[in-house]
Amino acid sequence: MLKIHNLHAEIDGKPILKGLSLTVNAGEVHAIMGPNGAGKSTLGYLLGGRPGYEVTGGSVIFTPFPGEGRGPESDAAPLDPGLRRGSEAGRDDAGAIDLLALDPHERAAAGLFLGFQYPVEIPGVSNLQFLRESLNAQRRARGDEPLSGGDFIKLAREQAAKLALDPEMLKRPVNVGFSGGEKKRNEMVQMGILAPKLAILDETDSGLDIDALRVVGEGINRIMRAPDRAVVLITHYQRLLDYVRPDVVHVLADGRIVRTGGPELALELEREGYAGVAA
Amino acid sequence: MSDTLPTRRDEAWRYSDLAALERAWPLAAPEEIVVPEGGAVARVIVQDAAESAVAVQRYALTIGAEGRAAFHLLNTGGALGRIEIDVTLHRAAHFELGAAMLGGDEQTLEIVTRVQHAEPDGTSNQVVRSVLGGRATGSYLGRIGVSRHAQKTDAAQSVKAMLLARTATANAKPELEIYADDVKCAHGATVGELDRMALFYLQSRGLPPAEAKALLLEAFVAAAFENAEDNARDRLQEAARAALRRLL
Repeated sequence: MLKIHNLHAEIDGKPILKGLSLTVNAGEVHAIMGPNGAGKSTLGYLLGGRPGYEVTGGSVIFTPFPGEGRGPESDAAPLDPGLRRGSEAGRDDAGAIDLLALDPHERAAAGLFLGFQYPVEIPGVSNLQFLRESLNAQRRARGDEPLSGGDFIKLAREQAAKLALDPEMLKRPVNVGFSGGEKKRNEMVQMGILAPKLAILDETDSGLDIDALRVVGEGINRIMRAPDRAVVLITHYQRLLDYVRPDVVHVLADGRIVRTGGPELALELEREGYAGVAA
Repeated sequence: MSDTLPTRRDEAWRYSDLAALERAWPLAAPEEIVVPEGGAVARVIVQDAAESAVAVQRYALTIGAEGRAAFHLLNTGGALGRIEIDVTLHRAAHFELGAAMLGGDEQTLEIVTRVQHAEPDGTSNQVVRSVLGGRATGSYLGRIGVSRHAQKTDAAQSVKAMLLARTATANAKPELEIYADDVKCAHGATVGELDRMALFYLQSRGLPPAEAKALLLEAFVAAAFENAEDNARDRLQEAARAALRRLL
């Protein structure tokens, strides 16, 4: 699904990622933990395509349909079939995409979703309008028919209800006046509507109280726990991992993965801190 | 008005395109609009003249006591597109302006208001939003005068411009001439660029850059039309949307 090889990246000439390698297979949930300043958020933004990050070495290969090549028409969920027919940019015969060659909106259309640590407030732009245009832009890019207004509203209300987000909030300007927890739940509503293949979730647990944490954790499992999907959770704390059990845990320190293990590694980190584990 | 062309020394024409103006000179007299005592007038103006045109529209507005006038306008057409509004307010009258200037290429767009609070208790509110690309120039000159006895005047101006290119120019010039001592005159002016983080957020959800920019700019411009009546607002927003698509 995702193969990062020896990735080096800089911001304003300052090296942040220094040879990061990571392989995420379909059906897996990976957690990336690590101290402040290790490069966790940089990794998320870089995969999402935020401008201002310079990749100085390495590669990122995204394979939204691993093991299928270009395969026959899918019998997957209604939103899915078009993915395979999408933009040919950076795509090889086995359906592998050079992720770094794509613009942010092309990455989204290819099936990548970035959950923001600080979801952006956008005054004057309604959540619903923005999400509908986003989803339909993705569908167009994949060669699918746009979703009608009625069908979209139905989908959006359904997803909001599952995240315990008041559907009325969907009409409000994007994230404006939302509490920290509402912003994070709104991210998950967006993820539910856009139905990505790979979600990179950057500190989706920060700013959540215990109840919201459970709702968001369940949301991640419901939307992304599937044999053909994968999640990378970037987090400081073990607590989200109680709800979304990772298959693999990595420790990111000073721009590289310094340790990889099973779920028990997260508990060890919680107990002993990064200093002991990453040394 | 004399029939000699103005020069750049004339404050009201300092940022104008005088070569273009010459083609339209001499200008027609302003359209006179009188709002009777207690009356109300609403005008919607969409200035979308052809690319090479010179469009200068002038209005002279008198608002009688406790009367009300609302002008909502989109100034987007022509090589030179200029809208002048002279307003005289009598006792407890209100003037509302919501204006957008959307220009690109080599366009010069201008809105020039002179709002004279001649009697007490008058209020005025002016909201101007500009989006400028290419080598366009957008200027708002807003003079507010408060006569000696026009106490309790409350006059507000909010002027914001968004530049799509470093080669575009926005001018915002408030000018206050106040001869009464118990008045409120608030004005604010900003010039900025699109919020990069908001743009990235929208794109990360799948919106191509031009659509993401258009959404942000429509929201920015919408403030100018907020107080217009529903039909007028829809019409202005539709016209603004088309104009923004042209700029992107």
